[in-house]
Amino acid sequence: MNMLPLRGLTVLEFSQYLSGPSAGLRLADLGARVIKIERPGTGDACRRLSIKNLWVDGDSLLFHTINRNKESFTADIKSPEDRTILRRLIERSDVLTHNFRPGVMESAGLDYASLKTVNPKLIYGAISGYGNVGPWKDRPGQDLLLQSMSGLAYLTGNERDNPMPFGLSIADSLCGAQLVQGILAALVRRTKTGQGALVEISMMETLLDFQFELLTTYHSSGRLPQRSAVSNGNPLLSAPYGIYSTADGHIAIAMVNIPQLAKAIGSGELAGYTQEQAFSHRDEIKAVLTRHLTGQASGYWLERLHAEDMWAMEVLDWKRLTEHDGYRCLQMEQSLTTTRGKSLLTTRCPIRLNGERLFSGKPAPALGQDNEKIVMELLK
Amino acid sequence: MNLLQDIIVVDFSQFLSGPSAGLRLADMGARVIKIEKPGTGDICRQLYVSDTRIEGESTIFHAINRNKQSYAADLKNAEDLEKVKQLIRQADVVIHNFRPGVMERIGLDYATVKALKPGIVYAEISGYGNEGPWKDLPGQDLLVQALSGLTWLSNNRDARPTPMGVSVVDILAGTYLAQGILAALYRNGISGESTLVQVSMMEAVLDFQFEVLTCHYNDGRQLPVRSSLSNGNAYIPAPYGIYKTKEGYLSLAMGEIPKLGQLLACPELMEFTDRAEWFDRRDEIKEILTKHLQGRSADEWLSILEPADVWCAKVMDYQDLMTQVGYKVLNMELEVKTSNGLAVRTTRCPIRVDGQVSVSDRGAPLLGEHNQLINKQFGLGIA
Repeated sequence: MNMLPLRGLTVLEFSQYLSGPSAGLRLADLGARVIKIERPGTGDACRRLSIKNLWVDGDSLLFHTINRNKESFTADIKSPEDRTILRRLIERSDVLTHNFRPGVMESAGLDYASLKTVNPKLIYGAISGYGNVGPWKDRPGQDLLLQSMSGLAYLTGNERDNPMPFGLSIADSLCGAQLVQGILAALVRRTKTGQGALVEISMMETLLDFQFELLTTYHSSGRLPQRSAVSNGNPLLSAPYGIYSTADGHIAIAMVNIPQLAKAIGSGELAGYTQEQAFSHRDEIKAVLTRHLTGQASGYWLERLHAEDMWAMEVLDWKRLTEHDGYRCLQMEQSLTTTRGKSLLTTRCPIRLNGERLFSGKPAPALGQDNEKIVMELLK
Repeated sequence: MNLLQDIIVVDFSQFLSGPSAGLRLADMGARVIKIEKPGTGDICRQLYVSDTRIEGESTIFHAINRNKQSYAADLKNAEDLEKVKQLIRQADVVIHNFRPGVMERIGLDYATVKALKPGIVYAEISGYGNEGPWKDLPGQDLLVQALSGLTWLSNNRDARPTPMGVSVVDILAGTYLAQGILAALYRNGISGESTLVQVSMMEAVLDFQFEVLTCHYNDGRQLPVRSSLSNGNAYIPAPYGIYKTKEGYLSLAMGEIPKLGQLLACPELMEFTDRAEWFDRRDEIKEILTKHLQGRSADEWLSILEPADVWCAKVMDYQDLMTQVGYKVLNMELEVKTSNGLAVRTTRCPIRVDGQVSVSDRGAPLLGEHNQLINKQFGLGIA
């Protein structure tokens, strides 16, 4: 891609951890220059947050993953001198993001109302946990807690399981992704009208939007979503939707007509059920399937199901996935060389433009590595 | 919300992935026109989802397609196809999620459309990309979850691989497609060039796992190990997870184990003074917590933990959630009306712009509801 779409735009990222920085990463991969504004001495708290105790160049591998393709500028938002520099930087930038708790940017004089006068074309993106009003506004916007409060934990796992969270930071990732949409739409408007914008999103609203199908169904029926007792895949969906054990592994079966399924896998017991019973009797049907499918290996079943064009797939783990041609041909991996010469492997941007994959070999920045360069630019 | 005022989107997509992208564009002010097959329309209208229907159509169709218009056209009919082409000549964005090859056969592939309308943003969602052994397989949410390794992250160690209970892959793919579309709209607004934007569901779900996959790539390719109880995230130390109490469930995020022991009056936990053990011995810690937390209700525990700034929360279902003031102040609910007067309660766009939320009360369109209007406004079918 010789001309990335956001080339020429500058984003100042006051955000930390995952939600805001994942938005910055996407904007960077689409061509923007993203400058992390970090606290002197410590920087983005994610630098110290590791998973599996993996560190690269003194920062966590996690930090390197989320912050590749960015620059770093250290400034103390509480220092009047630094704030003067920041305001000059903001004057020349297009987008600002932050995910501080409500009030922090206001007390630093870096709220939208103040900065709009500094740069009327600024797109100001703010992430919060629960919005800026109400009894939850000062609560920590932490992913697991948001999942727990938003009803999401009642959708995964089986009926008799405890409420169960998604095993990934869904609120953070999606909230960052929504912020990107708001910022980009505001940029589209700015091109036409010259106007800046305040774009706000909370993690709670993000998770409610994420559950829009289930919430709309709940409003309409008045009944809480019910996880199936066996192989729950999605509380809204009828049998056989879910994952089943086979003699040598697991297979997933999506929406499939019950009588046709019975025929394809040769189950007389299943043939006793009609398609009309697929929701009302889903646990019974799934129990029948569970017993029947352990009798043969995954490959045996998939061959029969695929011969009838039925929606079924093998369940893979990362080892088998990453060895598969279907994965390899995507070229989803890219290698980076860190500022101190260490190489690491990570994923690339999932969006392709004009048929090309977007790679960027630029590593995460060392804390404050771009201060001098950026100050020089400001003096110009 | 008028960020995308005057942007016209011609949307051929069905089900959830593509239409969720169209929904967000509509939320932000674009005019989204669904092109649907006469007689049946978007398959999602009839998709058998649970047992809840609104006027004979699935509830989820109404959720996904509010604030859009419907234009019925048979793409195999030359006259209809010509009208659609005339519409595209006046549009800014085209979206589809057909399997590879379908748009080529219809004659609406990127090369053709780009020639029809220079400056177009042409966006497509596939299951697995346009190459490789999976390319013709159905891009279905559960199946992509199953292939992508995602199902080994939720639930406890001894449990079967467990899918996430929402169509997360569809929604992520739609979201990323909308990002690509918007970035391209921004660029095309300056350069006047056309752009092809492609997202596959598989690439989207790999991106969703970017933190843990990067860990996997660099830790000698070890597989995730879920904790044997109260698994919240295979990579995060105790106490991270959801616990049953005497009454209700309590969720505990990252926290210091000895401090928790002190607050909860659980001396066994106070022995875990070495941070590394919070991960290495997380199952032991979680077992102690599981037993101890049975002693009181979730509310009682919260009244101790919250004042001490421990990251904790009560686990709520929709009913509990909707009684909360914190939920109500968000005004997240929206009532939309279809043209035949049906009211549907759903959610609004989560993005707030200049302090405003989108409040369009237009419901999902009837099949072909806007044919006449669109024919007239865009002068379609007039040679």
